[in-house]
Amino acid sequence: MKDAIYQNLIAGDRWKYIANGLGVTLRITLFAVLIGIVLGFLVAVVRSTYEKTHKLKLLNLLCQVYLTVIRGTPMVVQLLIMYYIVFVSVTSKIMVASLAFGINSGAYVAEIIRGGIQSIDNGQFEAGRSLGFNYPQTMIYIILPQVFKNVLPALANEFIVLLKETSVCGYIALQDLTKGGDIIRSQTYNAYVPLFTVALIYLVMVMIFTQLVKILERRLRSSERR
Amino acid sequence: MSADKPLIQVQNLTKSFGEFKALKNISQNIYPGEVVFVVGPSGSGKSTFLRCLNRLEEPTEGHIFFDGADILDKKTNIDKHRQKMGMVFQHFNLFPHLTIKKNITLAPVKLKIMSQEEADKKAMELLERVGLPDKADSYPAMLSGGQKQRVAIARALAMNPEVMLFDEPTSALDPEMVGEVLEIMGELAKAGMTMVVVTHEMGFAKEVATRILFMADGEIKEENNPKDFFENPQHPRLQDFLSKVL
Repeated sequence: MKDAIYQNLIAGDRWKYIANGLGVTLRITLFAVLIGIVLGFLVAVVRSTYEKTHKLKLLNLLCQVYLTVIRGTPMVVQLLIMYYIVFVSVTSKIMVASLAFGINSGAYVAEIIRGGIQSIDNGQFEAGRSLGFNYPQTMIYIILPQVFKNVLPALANEFIVLLKETSVCGYIALQDLTKGGDIIRSQTYNAYVPLFTVALIYLVMVMIFTQLVKILERRLRSSERR
Repeated sequence: MSADKPLIQVQNLTKSFGEFKALKNISQNIYPGEVVFVVGPSGSGKSTFLRCLNRLEEPTEGHIFFDGADILDKKTNIDKHRQKMGMVFQHFNLFPHLTIKKNITLAPVKLKIMSQEEADKKAMELLERVGLPDKADSYPAMLSGGQKQRVAIARALAMNPEVMLFDEPTSALDPEMVGEVLEIMGELAKAGMTMVVVTHEMGFAKEVATRILFMADGEIKEENNPKDFFENPQHPRLQDFLSKVL
């Protein structure tokens, strides 16, 4: 056992595959989350605005096509299309992967936020408008802060899924955490140590993230009853 | 009073929901300082009428002039006019994510009518006025229904409105809390605020109103001063209504 760990992780500095892979995974996830939030937020606001006011008809249609295509096709296929067709001239694989995962995540984030906006009582909109706020101001000052609190658990879930889903980026020969473990396996012919190591790292990352979200949730909720 | 120019002038107001006509060709003038109560059976269109006054409900036809401007004209900036028309809702609609004080100061500060300091000062004055100065830093979830509604009144008053619209302000309250809200409204009326009130509180209407409108089937069937409205009703629908509610 000791020997196996030594062979797989220490000998030949093989731990570097894991460490570098982890760096790639984290970078892709971070960029993808940012892209996903911005994109999802914009799409959700467009869709909700259309639902409430019947304005932005064309943009809404565009958003609907985006949601249908992204949610209707597998992530790996999207990644391959992005890499081999859409961004064929872009040399940074990390950028391509970040965009692919971000665009994918945006679709799910959009529906989460739209659901959050719908769940806010219409009286909140009316109260905001009756005070003289226009539609965007009502959204920004009154609706979205409440939405954020309500959708935080669902958003956190989406980002956990995203973090783990980046493990398919080996398909475009990116050496992320999963790929790093797999390279070690192919060198040492030992599957247990590298793959369980990789699994453990994902697990620990998700657990840390879950804990952070819990703290944030508690802080947001404290504003309700005191 | 009629020598003044009307503050709100409603002309031939019609509102349809599909086939159903909620309001049928209503014309009304509301003068500064008037306290107009709108009563009638449920489904008569009285809430719709009130909500058309600040265009929360989009009228189908007609004109509403407020401060001389037709607020149904698409070119009119309705947001500017709404700042001058306070509204109090049946279900309070306080902002649950903000403290009581923030609920009151949000609009005046963000709409750049007051600085945060001015708004805070005004909020405390208003909370004093509605008897809740100790609740400034509480959140809406911690207040009783009556307290919420008093805060909602303070929130509307913070914008220094020219008219206050009340949409069944006591209908969602437990009976023992109705009094505290009516008391605030009564004081407001006495202080000269122009008010339009949709309510089922007949005793309160009799006491505070300068004029009462009776609505049924989307029309104003009768209007009168409180005394004659209750003691000498003319329209059979009103006679029938009063016999049921009094």
